Amino acid sequence: MTTHEALGEQYPDLAHQGETAEFGMWAFIATEVLFLGGLFAAYTFYRYLHPAGVAEAAAHTKIIIGSANTAILLTSSFFMSWASLAARAGDNRVVFRVMAVAAVLGVAFVVLKGIEYTEEIGEHLWPGPSFHIETAEPKAGEVFYFLYWLMTGIHALHLMIGIGAVATIAWRARRGDFSPVYHSPVRVVSLYWHFVDVVWIFLFALIYLPGRGP
Amino acid sequence: MTSVSVTDDLPDPSTRASYLTNGATLASWLLTRDHKRIAILYFISITAFFFVGGAAAALIRINLLTPDGTILDAETYNRTFTLHGVVMVWLFLVPSVPTTFGNFMLPLMLGARDLAFPRLNLLSWYLFIASGIIVLAGLVIGSVDTGWTFYEPLSSGYSSGALVVVVGGIFINGFSSILTGLNFVVTIHRLRAPGLTWYRLPVFCWSLYSTSLILMLATPVLAVTLFLVAAEHFFHLGVFDPAYGGDPLLFQHMFWFYSHPAVYIMILPGMGVITEIIPVFARKKIFGYKFIVWSSVAIAVIGFVVWGHHMFVAGESIYAAMVFSFLSFVVAVPSAIKVFNWLATLHKGTISFDAPMLYALGFILLFTIGGLTGLFLATLAYDVHATATYFVVAHFHYVMVGGMVSAYFAALHYWWPKITGRLYPESWARFAAVLIFFGFNVTFFPQFILGYLGMPRRYHAYSPELQVWNVLSSAGSSILAVAYLLPLFYLTWSLVRGQRAPANPWEATGLEWTVPSPPPTENFERTPVVTEDPYNYPEPVE
Repeated sequence: MTTHEALGEQYPDLAHQGETAEFGMWAFIATEVLFLGGLFAAYTFYRYLHPAGVAEAAAHTKIIIGSANTAILLTSSFFMSWASLAARAGDNRVVFRVMAVAAVLGVAFVVLKGIEYTEEIGEHLWPGPSFHIETAEPKAGEVFYFLYWLMTGIHALHLMIGIGAVATIAWRARRGDFSPVYHSPVRVVSLYWHFVDVVWIFLFALIYLPGRGP
Repeated sequence: MTSVSVTDDLPDPSTRASYLTNGATLASWLLTRDHKRIAILYFISITAFFFVGGAAAALIRINLLTPDGTILDAETYNRTFTLHGVVMVWLFLVPSVPTTFGNFMLPLMLGARDLAFPRLNLLSWYLFIASGIIVLAGLVIGSVDTGWTFYEPLSSGYSSGALVVVVGGIFINGFSSILTGLNFVVTIHRLRAPGLTWYRLPVFCWSLYSTSLILMLATPVLAVTLFLVAAEHFFHLGVFDPAYGGDPLLFQHMFWFYSHPAVYIMILPGMGVITEIIPVFARKKIFGYKFIVWSSVAIAVIGFVVWGHHMFVAGESIYAAMVFSFLSFVVAVPSAIKVFNWLATLHKGTISFDAPMLYALGFILLFTIGGLTGLFLATLAYDVHATATYFVVAHFHYVMVGGMVSAYFAALHYWWPKITGRLYPESWARFAAVLIFFGFNVTFFPQFILGYLGMPRRYHAYSPELQVWNVLSSAGSSILAVAYLLPLFYLTWSLVRGQRAPANPWEATGLEWTVPSPPPTENFERTPVVTEDPYNYPEPVE
């Protein structure tokens, strides 16, 4: 058997190692679900305590930017799936291109989020002494925005880590690292990216949608 | 278990470099990816933390010699027990057996070359040591006096800024735990040797598996809870603090959602160790293998739904309390199954009383007392009487110290020859084991009585009529302190003067005993093939 330089000495072959790496990422995602679950639990609890206050405050979020960002992330996930398929075929050129697109879309998300944050700071929606919101229950609104900044901030941090990882993999694809027998890094990073994307879908529904519509 | 291909045609062990001698520079240790060396790094770190936490315990016991507090004022006393709790929970008990003996033995028991993710394993240690330094700095230089539970609103409203440092350190510690748990789970799924089916796994692997599930799935909730505490401290906003519209009970729910399962993190590996040792020193196959392994999994699963029993008097609804009380009784059943299985294994066994076995027998007795008193506390009416008294302190010390620390010492002696390649002095070890058992009971049994009489925990002073039991407890703790220090001396001595250990000094089954002592860096020269069930000792002659 020829030994591939990426093969760890504890594994019999690359396929075994690759599946193990993917399993590891699934396990990591399970831990992330529990981590974020704590924040979602706190959010649910406050929305249950102050339904009107949370709805009014949520109506102050920037739905247009939020919706645009949702579309951007979903599109990026499409390219990421494409990268997984191309990696399985060992097509480094396609992996490089579509992952570069996904990374650029990720950057676009972060830029838009930054614009949104800047506007919100200008509107005194950053929790603290200068916080101000015109609602019937401003205190509940402040707690809502406290959780908003924490949850979207943690999500954005995950996304930025993801952009770094995707850029690294894209660069490795450009170098021609992947082949039909060795492509697990692409699949592992892609799993992570999809997870961050799914988290956003939940955040979008919980943060932007309450208090709107009839 | 025996394997077909390993021991016979090996070259002379001395020609294969042991993991200890393969590289002698500091960098070869600090940048190692060898699970055995990482286990040693952990061992050195947690030994240091154990003695720091122990020193704080000694201060507490000296202070409680007299009713008005002997040496510490109230605030220093609060800081001391906070340090003791935080250090012992996160820097000793949670990592104790998994990161040391688990790290060292798991790949050997699986017939693997290393864990699934060796670099991640080293990262876990770096996170751990960084968290240890941050936590200790925060506790010693700062003044955190909340107890290890950081209850709100005390922690957010009245504590100093050092709280954020300590909480941040524990946050980092959490990621060390999560990554270790993840590594073990993936390794057990993916790196078992050919023929090593799930039901041929040594029980220690099953208990590490159950522990790792909890490490992976409960610790993130602690991390996010502490993250919220720190954020609250900065923004003065209420998630937990009622002054800002938060709910302190929500903190308790989220904290105990981690910290009750964490109690099982702190006992399941110990149960695994005991299950390894008893068949060896009773020369018998383990009784009820499947019951033992599935009871570990059952403890891990049911352990996730009992957290509410920490809030019986905190304003939880009576219906929730009844459900949590019931579930707390349910979780005792798999623990009891294990105890009965150990006893059945001992029955008609050919028992030898070497030091690991003495610790194991001590474990069974002390864990049983700790477990049964837990049922007292799961009973709603009795809990109202005993909440936040020394009864609770005695109960969990019987499980954590009488149980887990005994198991830790059992593992230390049992695997010492394998890890170091040296035999320890048996009579000293037996003496220390007996002394620990004696000192432990003298220290903690009086605390059951103190608690029943109503002495609350976490006070630096108490009513004079309780002094007699307190003096007894403090006297016991001095014996315990000596007994814990003894192994430090004779084990260190054995590193230099101890007799060289053969590959299998206990004539035990298990793949870890088929490799030389100390094992070579690559563990197995060739991947072993497993053909038998574990603990295959000859049937006793009637």
